[in-house]
Amino acid sequence: MSAVDARKEFLTVSGIKVEVERRGKGKPLLLLHGEEAYEPEAAFVDDLAKRFEVIIPSPPGFGSSERPLWLTDPHDLAFVILDIVRQLKLTDVVVVGFSVGGWIAAEMATIDDSFMSKLVLVAPVGVKLGSPTDRDIADVWLLHPEKVAKLKWHDPEKGKRDFTKMPDDKIAIVARNTETTARFCWEPYMHNPKLKHRLHRITRPTMFVWGEQDGIVKVDPYGKGYAALVPNGKLSVIGNAGHLPHIEQPEAFMKVLNGFI
Amino acid sequence: MESWYFTEMPYPHLPPMEKLDNMRVAIPNRIYDPRIGADLYHRYLDEYLEADDVGLNMMVNEHHQTATCLDTCAPLNLAILARQSRKGRLMILGNPVANRGDPVRIAEEMAMIDVMSRGRLEAGFVRGVPYEIPAANTNPTQTLERVWEGIDLVTRAWKSHDEPFNYEGRFFHRRLVNVWPRTWQQPHPMIWVTGSSDLPNIKKVAEHGFVFATFLQPHTKVKEMFDAYRSAHKDTGLPGGGGVAYMPLVFVADNEREAEEGARELTWYLHVKTEPQFGNPPGYVDVATNVQALKGAFAGRSAAMRARGMEYLRDEGIMCYGTPDQVVKQIKSLYDKVGGFDHLLMMMQAGHMSNKRTVSNIRMFAKEVMPQIKDLPRSKSRPWIETLPPAAQTEAAE
Repeated sequence: MSAVDARKEFLTVSGIKVEVERRGKGKPLLLLHGEEAYEPEAAFVDDLAKRFEVIIPSPPGFGSSERPLWLTDPHDLAFVILDIVRQLKLTDVVVVGFSVGGWIAAEMATIDDSFMSKLVLVAPVGVKLGSPTDRDIADVWLLHPEKVAKLKWHDPEKGKRDFTKMPDDKIAIVARNTETTARFCWEPYMHNPKLKHRLHRITRPTMFVWGEQDGIVKVDPYGKGYAALVPNGKLSVIGNAGHLPHIEQPEAFMKVLNGFI
Repeated sequence: MESWYFTEMPYPHLPPMEKLDNMRVAIPNRIYDPRIGADLYHRYLDEYLEADDVGLNMMVNEHHQTATCLDTCAPLNLAILARQSRKGRLMILGNPVANRGDPVRIAEEMAMIDVMSRGRLEAGFVRGVPYEIPAANTNPTQTLERVWEGIDLVTRAWKSHDEPFNYEGRFFHRRLVNVWPRTWQQPHPMIWVTGSSDLPNIKKVAEHGFVFATFLQPHTKVKEMFDAYRSAHKDTGLPGGGGVAYMPLVFVADNEREAEEGARELTWYLHVKTEPQFGNPPGYVDVATNVQALKGAFAGRSAAMRARGMEYLRDEGIMCYGTPDQVVKQIKSLYDKVGGFDHLLMMMQAGHMSNKRTVSNIRMFAKEVMPQIKDLPRSKSRPWIETLPPAAQTEAAE
């Protein structure tokens, strides 16, 4: 994959060394990748980089960013990313977050959305809407890996990674990302009980994007319920796509995204 | 060499293995019949008392949400044994301090058992196997950190005698710790910690002067771990002085045919079936190990071990079985191969093994095998009696 004009650097915020990649030129677009970090490798990001300066931080514990012991949840990560925004003096930013990255973006927006122009949340996790015995979010660590793949992808073949053909340092990033996700999202599982009570603070136009066949977090009731908690929240559903509609249906995804931003 | 009797207290009355996805974690308890279960509890405790009678020490453990081990609360069984047994030492291996989340309560339970048994307690602490994670819901990426902070809080609670203290750690917060009763043994009972590969952690166990224990591993791996322990051991003045412990499956009988049949019953434990997601929760092992796992380096490893059969298990020191002289020979050979060890922990009952066969195993081991191995030199040894308060020392000596 040939990234256009990619620049990687480490910034130090809150005493944490955080890896930040920047691609392209234009108005800033902050991309918060999902727990598996498929997005930085995806072609649609280079499309975005033709019009935006795409800024991709690796949150603490992801990629090569440090993970100090005092960080315990995505709410903490939100403060770290806000520190990056402040250090880079970013304003009028489009923020796009995927799954756990969407959760971080939502946490950020409830703290301070004054630097944001628009917010896009793609199949975000982070809230719990049902009763204690409802599984709002499929438990990816409890189910057989093959079952998880079926829930995550409309076409499970798309999610397969051949680790025998990947160099060890890349596999180590994949393994560390998984570890970090568990570190921050284990309990309460994939949500912050306080977040849903803070979503009313979001003032910016917000688009939720959902894959119609998402089995990890279902568009109905989860996606609809989540969007309804954000004052200017809209929901777009993409067909023939699971939890990663931007990977399974990049064209449809870009159409929705471009229509909004 | 000290010898310890152990059973996981299994509930073996299950549907055929091929009809089950799991024998652990997600197996429905509809299968469990409390009437059979009650008989089993009493039977297993009687077998421990049998072991005590013939001079063995006793070891208990706990697991959760599984048919393989119905001792879900090891301190309860240890308390029963503290009251009903007479002379053997009582070891819990161990308290799942990372998963239980209340180290002060553990300090209290252990102190009660130590006092009730007049100083016969050995207090083990375990991180908990991966299968314990879903039951406990503990974050798998930090169980080891929780174990060490838990041990720190427990030992402080045991050693504090003059005034309450506060504790505000990463995981555990208490505003007033003041444990009653205080422990019988001083400064507190020996601590045991288990491990199966993490050498830096084994060295940490050694530096604290604790006992290190490992189970059912090939002897080359056991030696590697014991060498790491020996390279870092400090005697910190705890009762017994530390040392290393190893657990194989053990079955002894007066003829080879019966020995082989008994041993085959013990291998039930090695055939336990569990879905892969329960075997390696995220972050339970380090990134380097998970890189190898993702590349498929461990795929089929247990199946391969099972396929190699009982002779392989015996050659590797994972299982000792045969006539008394054969078993003595195997234990001595294992002892030499791993550079010596202090405690032989023996899983002597598993699966469907009957009470008759279990008792026969216990008695024959105690009568025929133990006398031939008890003088194998211990690497670390200080008489337990030395650690008792002076008055109790006099009493115990009389």
